[in-house]
Amino acid sequence: MELLMSIVIGIIFSVSIYLFMSKNLLRVAVATLLLSHGVHLLLVTMSGLQRGASPILSFDAEAYTDPLPHALVLTAIVISFAVTALLLVMSYRTYKVHKTDDLEDLRGSADE
Amino acid sequence: MNNIIILPVIIPFIIGAILILLYKRHSMQRVISGITMFVLLALSVFLAIYVYQHGTIVLEVGDWKAPFGIVIVADLFSTLMLLLSTLVGTVCLFFAFQTVSQDREKQFFYPLYLFLMIGVNGSFLTGDLFNLFVFFEVMLISSYGLIVHGGTGYQLRESFKYVIINIFASALFIVGIAWVYSITGTMNMAHMAQRVSELDQTGALNIVAIIFFIVFACKGALFPLYFWLPRSYYGPPAAIAALFGGLLTKVGIYAIIRTFTLIFNHDVSFTHKGLIVTIAGFTMLLGVLGAVSQFDFKRILSYHIISQVGYMVMGLGIFTPLAVAGAIYYIAHHMIVKTALFLFAGATQKITGTTDLKKMGGLLGTHPWLAWLFFITAISLAGIPPLSGFFSKFPIILAGFEEQQYVISAVALLVGLLTLFSMMKIFSYAFWGKQKHTEEQAKIPVGKLLLPILPLVALTIILGFAAEPIFTYSMEVAEEIMNPTNYIESVLKE
Repeated sequence: MELLMSIVIGIIFSVSIYLFMSKNLLRVAVATLLLSHGVHLLLVTMSGLQRGASPILSFDAEAYTDPLPHALVLTAIVISFAVTALLLVMSYRTYKVHKTDDLEDLRGSADE
Repeated sequence: MNNIIILPVIIPFIIGAILILLYKRHSMQRVISGITMFVLLALSVFLAIYVYQHGTIVLEVGDWKAPFGIVIVADLFSTLMLLLSTLVGTVCLFFAFQTVSQDREKQFFYPLYLFLMIGVNGSFLTGDLFNLFVFFEVMLISSYGLIVHGGTGYQLRESFKYVIINIFASALFIVGIAWVYSITGTMNMAHMAQRVSELDQTGALNIVAIIFFIVFACKGALFPLYFWLPRSYYGPPAAIAALFGGLLTKVGIYAIIRTFTLIFNHDVSFTHKGLIVTIAGFTMLLGVLGAVSQFDFKRILSYHIISQVGYMVMGLGIFTPLAVAGAIYYIAHHMIVKTALFLFAGATQKITGTTDLKKMGGLLGTHPWLAWLFFITAISLAGIPPLSGFFSKFPIILAGFEEQQYVISAVALLVGLLTLFSMMKIFSYAFWGKQKHTEEQAKIPVGKLLLPILPLVALTIILGFAAEPIFTYSMEVAEEIMNPTNYIESVLKE
């Protein structure tokens, strides 16, 4: 299961890096979204998947799954949600002001 | 008593939330935020003295015992950083009162400012790696708000790049956290340090160490990840540029020093003396060359941030108590001087209406106070004795020669010379020569603007003349962080 997850995470990372390299504002915004999904999956996977019963709910199990990564990933999801919302607003404003969504045109002139 | 160390995080949080409700009344916002910053400053002075006298204070939040719950730790290094950050925050706020336009003030300027302070103070105080990530994000999200605040075309364009690079670095931060958790099985930094020394897993830990180094290097603007800094710090108003220039990169440097003295000290010859020293050399050299090639007041200062961050990291890389003490002294010196210089850039911009050096000239004749105060700060940055710049560079370079790191020490000396050159370039273009601003502009008074900067200029002189006691203090800080057993024992209570 961990191996499968690792491959999935790898694919998500590579797609996201590919999108990062594109010239379109919105694609870059989507790239950050995908990247954050990738790292959240990584955070859950690295601590081992489903090693035992869920903690607190059952008291008679031999082993329990580590609950800490789940707490961490929840926090990370909330943060990435806020950042993505902000980024989308910023991309939209940039598009409105500069009338373009091509990052090549957003480089700025050399003499500024 | 322990509860007091959470106050630097809680106070700006509550006040910032209240200020959101008062967003229509900006004179009231000014008064409240000004008082809050003074309270924070007094609190951090008290904490610095208390921790110096009584040793490290640890707070287990919600009474969850140490390796399981989140801990807030105030040791000598974090209280020193807290003191510097609130000092810079207070000064920039009072400068902002006079320079930030009303339109910007209306748009939640002060709440964002205080939320930034939560993130910065929290990053210095936390003893939990994931909590460090959370406070970094609080700081970064507020900084995204402040850097794009006002929404001019230039700001939007450059802030987008700033946001993207930081989101990427934050994603890598989580990758690092995931890996270090799978290796050590803990998030508490003290516990992690203990496990790392027991584990003997040099290969895997080196990879994690490099991931963390990349993350913090992105925030701290180290080679080759500094390209976003000069352009994005150019856009926002001077008060914000000064706050970012003085504060934000140093949070990254603090995190590097903290993690690489406490956790990743298992393979010093590779990570510190190999990797960090090399990166520091390139950062210093390329940063200062960037500054030499520029003809814009704010751009030159931004490139100097990069070159000076290199000195701090070089002090860590050499990794003797003397060098780390030098790095700590350098952080103190740099935060004070760099903030002052950015604020001087703001004051000159208010007079001449430009930051292009070729369009300035003759300010010495019309505004002598501004010119001479700038001169003192500029030569302090370049490292002329008896000002603070000299006494912070001296121990780092001395330690470099003692440890036979001749190349990096030579680079550091050369960079000092080039810093002097580019500072004198600003002075001779902007302050000497023929007057290029109009007679009306010559009558613009800057006395009130200089008032918040005066304490910083006074401090750089004091840090220079009182180098002996302050260096003794930074030596104690360095010895404490070089020997992490004290930190581990006070957190885990063994």
